[in-house]
Amino acid sequence: MKDIKPAFLMLLAFTLICGGIYPAIVTGIAQALFPKQAAGSFITDKNGRVVGSSLIGQPFSDRTYFWPRPSATSDFNYNPMGSGGSNSGQTNPDYLNRVADRVIVLRQAGMTGSLPSELVQASASGLDPHITPGAAMAQIPRVAKARGLSEKVLAALVSANTLDRPFGIMGQPCVNVLELNLKLDRLTP
Amino acid sequence: MNPYEWAETIFFFMVLLALIRPLGAYMARVYQGERTVLSPILVPFEKFLYRICGIDGNDEMNWKRYAWAMILFNLMLFLALFAILMSQHLLPLNPQRLPAFSWPLALNTAISFVTNTNWQAYSGETAVSYFTQMAGLTVHNFVSASTGMAIVIALIRGFTRRKTSMLGNFWVDVTRGTLYILLPISLVAALVLVSQGVIQNFGPYRTVPLVQSTSYDKPRLDGKGNPVKDAKGNPITDNVKVKEVTIPMGPAASQEAIKELGTNGGGFFNANSAHPYENPTPVSHFLEVLLILLIPGSLTYTFGIMVGNTRQGWALLSVMLLVLIVSFGILQSVETSGNPMLAKLGVAGSNLEGKETRFSMAGTSLFEVATTGTSCGAVAAMHDSLTPLGGMIPLSLILLGEIIFGGVGSGLYTMLAFAVVAVFVAGLMIGRTPEYLGKKIEVLEMWMSILTILPAGIVVLVLSGIAMVTPSAVASMANPGAHGLSEIVYAFASMANNNGSAFAGLNANINFYNILGSISMAIGRYVPAVAILAMAGSLAGKKYVPPSLGTLPTDRAPFAIWLMLVILIVGALTFFPALSLGPIVEQLMMAR
Repeated sequence: MKDIKPAFLMLLAFTLICGGIYPAIVTGIAQALFPKQAAGSFITDKNGRVVGSSLIGQPFSDRTYFWPRPSATSDFNYNPMGSGGSNSGQTNPDYLNRVADRVIVLRQAGMTGSLPSELVQASASGLDPHITPGAAMAQIPRVAKARGLSEKVLAALVSANTLDRPFGIMGQPCVNVLELNLKLDRLTP
Repeated sequence: MNPYEWAETIFFFMVLLALIRPLGAYMARVYQGERTVLSPILVPFEKFLYRICGIDGNDEMNWKRYAWAMILFNLMLFLALFAILMSQHLLPLNPQRLPAFSWPLALNTAISFVTNTNWQAYSGETAVSYFTQMAGLTVHNFVSASTGMAIVIALIRGFTRRKTSMLGNFWVDVTRGTLYILLPISLVAALVLVSQGVIQNFGPYRTVPLVQSTSYDKPRLDGKGNPVKDAKGNPITDNVKVKEVTIPMGPAASQEAIKELGTNGGGFFNANSAHPYENPTPVSHFLEVLLILLIPGSLTYTFGIMVGNTRQGWALLSVMLLVLIVSFGILQSVETSGNPMLAKLGVAGSNLEGKETRFSMAGTSLFEVATTGTSCGAVAAMHDSLTPLGGMIPLSLILLGEIIFGGVGSGLYTMLAFAVVAVFVAGLMIGRTPEYLGKKIEVLEMWMSILTILPAGIVVLVLSGIAMVTPSAVASMANPGAHGLSEIVYAFASMANNNGSAFAGLNANINFYNILGSISMAIGRYVPAVAILAMAGSLAGKKYVPPSLGTLPTDRAPFAIWLMLVILIVGALTFFPALSLGPIVEQLMMAR
């Protein structure tokens, strides 16, 4: 019975230490050292207006833009309030139909040969801001035609916007679709 | 695997192995009350804490009192979190004015966090206020982890002490684990995570315009929230134009760090460690996998030091490493080979459904085996969308009983229970007296080991069986056929073994899963915990038996291999039928 009092007081003490002091210290140091990241890595245009976060993907479906990966967020694609994957099993008939529909859309947009799986399979977060350089290059003919730009210019733009592997070995090279499209708009408004 | 993936994987294990010795040695000093680098700052604070809480640090406890203190503390933690969840609409730091939880969901969530499971039947961004995230969930992430560590330390003391009934002081062990081990590492890790882009703020959710607006068909609802249907019975929808979106905010980094380090796994956001705000870069990913394995791995070295023979710890670690690496290899290769059903549609490449682009397949696979080999349960890929054989890897790692590194503390004590069983079976086969670490293994030790190992398996099989004949439970499946069975087995495996990851297509927020899940999480956590303390009490009272010619050496490779076989045989005998009806059947259908 003499452990009831410590149990209660330890609960209060640890709530204060781990739930109050610790997050407050992390927030204080983080805001001082990495204010941009702590706030959400928002990107602003030249007028200082926020146009999105570099970490949160946006839905693009116009032929004039590079397309991101399919998304399975609730209500609509790339809904940041409904993060998550499709959770479809690989043999689920509904899922296979959904993928087949995406294949048709890509074929109609002029993509030939075998399609990169990342462009027909939804990401885990539904907010994946990246595609691989290969998946970006595969979309160049469509975007070039829609914007009246040369494919060479676009290939250079994709290369310039490719993020390499950190430390040369971690993860894989990526292109940030939102940032790429914002640069595209700057090129031909 | 491509050369980059080989390099990433090898580098990862080199870093992990390099950290195990220093951290393991540090933890041994902490729990033995020796001086450490942090003592000058923390000793005065620790003493102050004991004074205001009315704790005498030298007051040793026998196993019953140690267990009682643990249960009492956990009960209060549960009540506190339940109260917070039920009253979150009245509490501060709730800029989105989120409502209170329903009672079955609050019950499930409170038990889930107090048992270190962190099963989540809600999604963080739309259901949990900043106050609840910090004062509720973050606190539990710390103390449920240090509770697990305290129990394994008590068990190790049982092996090392002679002819005593005392196992140490629970309050001291919990306090030291939190202050000296979890808080300092979390603080540093949280800051590294913020540098990569994990958010840490208290601002309201941000609204940003879309570069290209979009639209969707929203089902029309009547006053009661039911869908309105036309004369033919088709739901009526309205086309809604979306020009701006709301991006959730919050103190994510401080929780993210301890979520991995304490093998808790409860995501700040619904997408967990796949969310770009929880895990933005390959660097944050690398760090998060490292944090998951760090303490469970290092505790094997702490164990070695405390029992006076570090080879005893290395033997256990080698079993864990071998099973983890083999599991990783299978998962990585089956996911890379992709889905043959998609290849027929003209799609090439690996299976990327439910995976993020920025992590390589090796990085993703490493995360998923680490999170299910330990009892973490955070996910960087959606397990429900893995190929059938791929999905069987995380499921099997959970079903083995969370011992492949395992939860912080709980993994090692369950592994030690397996070691006791292995010694006993070997003893029967070769006619030697079963002894482990100089203590005779007798009836009570065997009973307690069985009580540690078997409850989770029994709960999984019985409750999955009940679910299959309960219409509302079956209706929760998101995928038909064999995969649906896998979803339900995974759900109970995850909860009973305190993992917390999911085949998340299953709609788990119904009373059936909330309530039966709560029961399985509580059984899976507290039956083994109390059994381990009872075994520790019995072991501490025994005299030391010096090794003789008749003693089975438990610090050599043959014993490690034997231990691994015992683990695999127990796992296979218990779960093979369920696995063959779920993932194995589905794999055969997919490859047809």
